[in-house]
Amino acid sequence: MAYNPFSLEGKTILITGASSGIGRGIAVECSKIGAKLVISGRNEKRLQDTLSQLQGEGHLALQADLSTQEGVDALVEQCPPINGFVPCAGIPKMQSVKHINRNDLEEIVWINQEVPILLTTELLKKKKLQKKSSIVFIASLSGIFVANMGESLYSTTKAAISGFAKGAALELAAQGTRVNTICPGLVPTSILEMSNEVFSEEQLMESTKGKYPLRRLGRPEDMAYAAIYLLSDASDWVTGINMKVDGGYSLL
Amino acid sequence: MTLDEFVAKFAEEFDETPAEEFKAETVFKDLDEWGSLTALSIISMVDEEYDKRVTGADFRSVSTIEELYNLVESK
Repeated sequence: MAYNPFSLEGKTILITGASSGIGRGIAVECSKIGAKLVISGRNEKRLQDTLSQLQGEGHLALQADLSTQEGVDALVEQCPPINGFVPCAGIPKMQSVKHINRNDLEEIVWINQEVPILLTTELLKKKKLQKKSSIVFIASLSGIFVANMGESLYSTTKAAISGFAKGAALELAAQGTRVNTICPGLVPTSILEMSNEVFSEEQLMESTKGKYPLRRLGRPEDMAYAAIYLLSDASDWVTGINMKVDGGYSLL
Repeated sequence: MTLDEFVAKFAEEFDETPAEEFKAETVFKDLDEWGSLTALSIISMVDEEYDKRVTGADFRSVSTIEELYNLVESK
């Protein structure tokens, strides 16, 4: 077999939010490099679309509504033993600081922050995460490296996940499990959603022009290749990091 | 909500532009302060006052505050 330190052969990876965007991209690329996937998403049809795009055999799709604690528990219950966990389910929220209300705050904190934390805890308690596992959170440039107009709530949740990842990295190191985050720049799969339809896609493309030194916006595959590295044994000595994948955005 | 009340609510979302500059016929996109943040604030204001969603397409289809008011009222 060809030399490949990034191979995910023999590893089973749980990915939430796999029915679209970055989650789907990570699932598809991980399958191509040998992983068995357990994918979850809210929308059954789109989840099946992702399943049909996976290469290789033995993948599992678990429809899950993570808006409730019951949904979180049910997903962990159905999940087989895993070697990697990439929670990608998340929501954007564009809201100016002076219009923040408690409902919006609670909704985004639950989905983006509490669910990934509770899933991690439950997976550990139910002994679903094998020794020497890898957990990869999807954080953001926002809140950790940069700030953007209207993203204070979103930033709050992503910075919280980054903080949790460091604490978990320290505690789980004893069992050889590593915990890291990927901090993506703008990936246009979510571009219209992120904008709350305030601006057209053309306007957003125009407004980001010149802000990415590598002269394009992100693709789901860019995040997938970073995830593959962090999930593979190639990153065996890497834990507690925030990995920027941003085309150089944060350099400017 | 009357048109005058809407204009006043609209003006409240701006921090730099004096309130007296806001009239029903004001072309709001020409204001120096108009941008992503003020647009977000207007969306939130309409959501709070009317429980209605204004979109980017709506903003593009109108130019004065009165036109925006009429569009919101008709939703």
